[in-house]
Order: sequence, then structure tokens, then C-alpha cells
Amino acid sequence: MTTLQAVIMVAIFAATTFGTRALAFVLFPAGRPTPKFVVYLGRVLPYAITAMLVVYCLKNTAILANPHGAPELIAILLVAALYLTLKQSLIAIAAGTVAYMLMVQLLFV
Amino acid sequence: MDEITERKKGAVRAAFPHTVPVLTGYVFMGAAFGILLESRGYGPVWAFVMGLLIYAGSGQFVAVGIMAAGFDPLGAFLVTLMVNARHVFYGISMLERFKKFGKAKLYMIFSLTDETFALLLSTRPPAGMREENFHLTISILDHLYWVVGCVAGGVLGSALPINTLGIDFVMTALFVVIFLEQWKRKQNRTPALIGLGASIVCRLVFGPDWFILSCMAVLIVIFGLFKKPIEREVGR
Repeated sequence: MTTLQAVIMVAIFAATTFGTRALAFVLFPAGRPTPKFVVYLGRVLPYAITAMLVVYCLKNTAILANPHGAPELIAILLVAALYLTLKQSLIAIAAGTVAYMLMVQLLFV
Repeated sequence: MDEITERKKGAVRAAFPHTVPVLTGYVFMGAAFGILLESRGYGPVWAFVMGLLIYAGSGQFVAVGIMAAGFDPLGAFLVTLMVNARHVFYGISMLERFKKFGKAKLYMIFSLTDETFALLLSTRPPAGMREENFHLTISILDHLYWVVGCVAGGVLGSALPINTLGIDFVMTALFVVIFLEQWKRKQNRTPALIGLGASIVCRLVFGPDWFILSCMAVLIVIFGLFKKPIEREVGR
């Protein structure tokens, strides 16, 4: 890619991301009352979406092939165990990531 | 002038403690992004521009892969749309709250990341401070952390020749932690379980490329069909 092409790509990423964030405000402008169903969705969706994001991160994990998603499973269990015991999200995230990197680089090559 | 400066300082002092978890998370995740980007041949200047203007965790990680694959504007558009489609739902949740932001509303919308969204929902200003100033300060601080992290990663990436394979797991870990945090509140569990079940089923049925969009549709249908029992449990 040339520098100009890369700049165009970054501009597309930026504009599209902003578009997704602004869409709801365009569809339901401040001047008019928001439909009740949309208000209800706004309250329940955030919790459903977090679960979706976890699955999103794991979407390319090949469960049927070796190592059957073992590094992902072990690292997630480690993150959960550390977070629930220490209540320190950064430590849990850091330890889980380092453990995962070590597993995929050294153990399950 | 002095009074305005003083008020801004007060807002930063009040907002900063709430943003410390995001500070740590963003610097770490941003650095991971900067390192990953650098490993694909784009240095700290690119990390700075992308962090400043795109400002999306998972979106930027996915962008690195697309950039590495070559010039593909349509692909960049479609994938970003799919990865960030969930932001539409955040916008829906913020329709009411952002009404009073005036000129800053556009920036509040631009900077509405997962983590900022969570902080805006869960924090209140101290007595005597306007909520708009307090929340705008949170949004700006988070944005700042992210840009600093991205650049730091870009600089670090060129200085340290380390194997970055698997570093993107930092995202997975962050979402697992947010999930567990939300799980603590009982009334969040039904929507969380619906989200977990729907996304696993959609991933299995529709495959890795289409599952986010299909899952969003399925979620709207399920939440629509079971609106009454869910509202009873979650509370109006």
C-alpha cells in the first residue's frame, strides 16, 4: 500500500466508526420523543453485548482442531479466577494475556 | 478566565479517580495495538493518528489486519461496520443523556467507546458540579489515555524486538472482566445470558463473518418477544 492508500484506509475506519456511534442520534433526533421500545433496548442491550464481545474475540478459535481451544479456555479461566479473587482487573487482564501469549508461542505451537 | 480554568481543574480532579481502571486498561490495550501495528510496518505516527481519529479498541485491532492485507476500502468499510455495529446500541442508550451537552454532544458521540459508555452510565458528579462537565471530562481523559497508549506501544514496538503473537488476547480478557463485573448485579444476568446464548448459537449457525450482525437481529427479536418478563426482572 502507498502512504496515500493507507491514509484513505484510516479515514474510512474513522468515518465508519463515527457513523456507527452517531446512527442512533440521527435516527432518533433530540427534538422528538424516543420510541418506548428503543428506550427499553437501550437499557437491556449493554449486558447482552458484553457477552457477544467475548464470543466475538473467540470467533476464529478452531474447537475441532488441535489444541481444541485449550489456550483460550485456560487463559479465560485464569482471568476470571484472578479477577474474582484479587478484584484487580488490570492484573487479571495482564496475567491472562501473558499466559495466553506464552501458551501459543511455546506450549501449543 | 481564571474561574473557568479553576472549574476545569475541579472537573478533572473529580473525574480522574473514576477513570483509573480505564487508564490502566487503555494504556495497556493501546500499547498492545501500537506494538501490533508496528509489527505490520506502521510506526508510532500511524498509531497516534489512528488512536486519535478512529478511537475504537476492537475496531483498531481488526483494522491492523485489514491494513496488512492491502488496499481494500470496501472491505475496510464493511468490516468496521460489522465490528462496531454494537455502537448503535450504545447510541440508543445515550439518546436521552446526551441531549443536554450542547456543542460537546458531537464529541461525546465520537468518543463513545465501550469503556467510556460504561463509566458514563455508572458515575455521578460531586455536589455542585454540572453532570455535562463531569462526563465530558471523563470522555476526554479516556481518549487521552488511549492515544498515549497507542503511541507508547508504537515507540516500544520499534525498540523491543519481541514476539507479539497472542497479544490480541488482551481484548478477550478485558471483555471477560467487564462481563464478570456486570454479572455481579443480579438484574443484569438475564440480558447477559440471552446475549451469551444468542452469540454462541449465531457463531455456530452463521459462521465467524456474519455472527455479529445476525446476533444483533436475534437479540432485538428475543428482547422484543420477551419484553414483559424481562422488564419485570430488570426493572423499568
